[in-house]
Amino acid sequence: MQGNEACAQGALQAGVRFFAGYPITPSSEIAEILAEDLPALGGRFIQMEDEIASMAAVIGAALTGVKAMTATSGPGFSLKQENIGYAAMAEVPCLIVQVQRTGPSTGLPTSPAQGDVMQARWGTHGDHPVVVMSPSSVRETYDLSVECINWSERLRVPAILLLDEVVAHMRENVTLPAPASLDLWSRPKPTLPPGDPGFLPYRPGPDDVPPMANLGDGYRYHVTGLHHDERGYPLHEGAEAGALVRRLCRKVDRVASELCRVEWVGERERGPRPPSGFPARRPATVVVSFGASARSAEAACRMARAAGRETALLRLITIWPFPDAAIAEAAALAGEDGELLVVEMNLGQVVREVARAAAGRAPVRHYGNIDGELITPMEIAAEIRERGGPARG
Amino acid sequence: MANTADLALSLLRDDRLPHIWCSGCGHGIVLGAIVRALAERIAAGTIDPVKVVVVSGIGCASRATGYLNFDGVHSTHGRAIAFATGIKLARPELEVVVITGDGDLAAIGGNHFIHAARRNIGLTVVCFNNAIYGMTSGQYSPMTPREAIATTAPYGHIERPFDLCELALACGATYVARGAAYFAARLTEYVGGALDHDGFSFVEAVSQCPTYFGRRNRMSTGVDMLRWQKDHAVTLARAASAEPEGLAGKFKVGVFRDREEPEYTKEYDRIIKAATSRTVGDGK
Repeated sequence: MQGNEACAQGALQAGVRFFAGYPITPSSEIAEILAEDLPALGGRFIQMEDEIASMAAVIGAALTGVKAMTATSGPGFSLKQENIGYAAMAEVPCLIVQVQRTGPSTGLPTSPAQGDVMQARWGTHGDHPVVVMSPSSVRETYDLSVECINWSERLRVPAILLLDEVVAHMRENVTLPAPASLDLWSRPKPTLPPGDPGFLPYRPGPDDVPPMANLGDGYRYHVTGLHHDERGYPLHEGAEAGALVRRLCRKVDRVASELCRVEWVGERERGPRPPSGFPARRPATVVVSFGASARSAEAACRMARAAGRETALLRLITIWPFPDAAIAEAAALAGEDGELLVVEMNLGQVVREVARAAAGRAPVRHYGNIDGELITPMEIAAEIRERGGPARG
Repeated sequence: MANTADLALSLLRDDRLPHIWCSGCGHGIVLGAIVRALAERIAAGTIDPVKVVVVSGIGCASRATGYLNFDGVHSTHGRAIAFATGIKLARPELEVVVITGDGDLAAIGGNHFIHAARRNIGLTVVCFNNAIYGMTSGQYSPMTPREAIATTAPYGHIERPFDLCELALACGATYVARGAAYFAARLTEYVGGALDHDGFSFVEAVSQCPTYFGRRNRMSTGVDMLRWQKDHAVTLARAASAEPEGLAGKFKVGVFRDREEPEYTKEYDRIIKAATSRTVGDGK
């Protein structure tokens, strides 16, 4: 199965029943699969006139109570940004699949890149919350499609599945989980009945997330991209406006430890915690990577270990909110005589966050490539060998 | 009739009034036509108020959603029709009304307008056309006439405006009408016809902005501008028999088209029916 296919199947199993999109390589397979499969499940698909319209239609559909998504690539992602901000402000759950290709502009269609990490976080204007996850395999693409939809629903935020062309077009043999075994979340619903004067559409629950009423269910409420009060009506007072945006960000920050997922890959073990006994020797290198690059990085770590370097991979699964705690731990393990080597297909995006979170506990270095090809294990291994400090033993 | 008038009032949110529109603005009259048309149908039982969703973009006209006691989506600039398309396709049983202005619809939102008309999706779109960007203080719009003065056309406007109804007709809209604030009762009928129609319905409501259009163009009050509407409107029947030169500078009012054609979400229902009757992929 192909990565894009796994994405579409994961979304269907997670309960997505609406897709609006616009053709763009390397994401188009997702639209093509959903055009065929959605109506068979009673869902609906539409190819809109442009990327802006498809994001708008997704938000409109999501407001009626359906789980909704779109898929795109760099140029289309740029066009969607204003409405992604609307989804953040009006708290409309939705999934945006962004299959990264080279940029800026039309770039080198459609070679892989990972240059949209910061755009995924800050592409729309103003402070806002967002959830971004990035898979490294076909199976993980399926899993993270489900997870992104889950988080989007639970937190009422736009979630972005940040794929790259390699993972999207890669084919792997996969065993998918039984649909019944999936833990699926839906947006919180109002406890008050329609027409109850006590109902306030934007009054948050204890988790800072307001229960969400469907359009057409009788609540007759107002949704806007303007700063708004708990009734959904426009605000004119700065302090209240600021409090709203602080809450929007807080609802994601407060679940960051649950939301931020990483995978450590050592010589014999892989999992959410550092390999036991790492580092056995010094100096030690922790390679930090994500998406397709992390696959090369994993192989490079094996090569480096075979050459006598103490090396482990820290693979980021959640990109935003940024996994600060895992980076701080990695930096402490690497120490001042070791290093964090950040590998990504760009000129330096995740590395800035890594340096911030490492906070001087270990040197942080970047290795990137923007030549439109997946970084190879040999390149990374050479980088570890050349600059990673003297080998012992 | 008194009942319908009371019902119409109840469709406005008391706590959101007064509105933000300037004195002399025509938008209140146009909104009144929409509210009356809806109230008549709610009273007659042909529209369920709970199923009405009003969607707007950005601009003076688009603020109307906030004043209406329905589910309302005040969306992004130009995108009301695209938001509404998602709403209507996801839940076709909803009565989706789009409120937009001439800048919102014909400039930044022009692409969505022509494609929604082409699809014949069941939306009722009412464009409050005051031929100017009012909220941003008087820049020219795609509806500003030649030679008019705007803040961004200080030497007189050199562009030709659209004829929005001709545009809608060319794009395949199946109900098209133009009215004006001056002819408020007729406008209510046109909006009513649009609501009753199954398919993409478009009503252009010629409105007036004395503050940012009139004062710069020798019509400094709302009354001056309403008088202009009265003097320049030509009914379709009269236009049909008029000499072309007699129509120069005039605008036609009436119902240009009211024609049944397959509506988009009903067409999509056929796809669902076909797709569910065979086994597809590994879906449940």
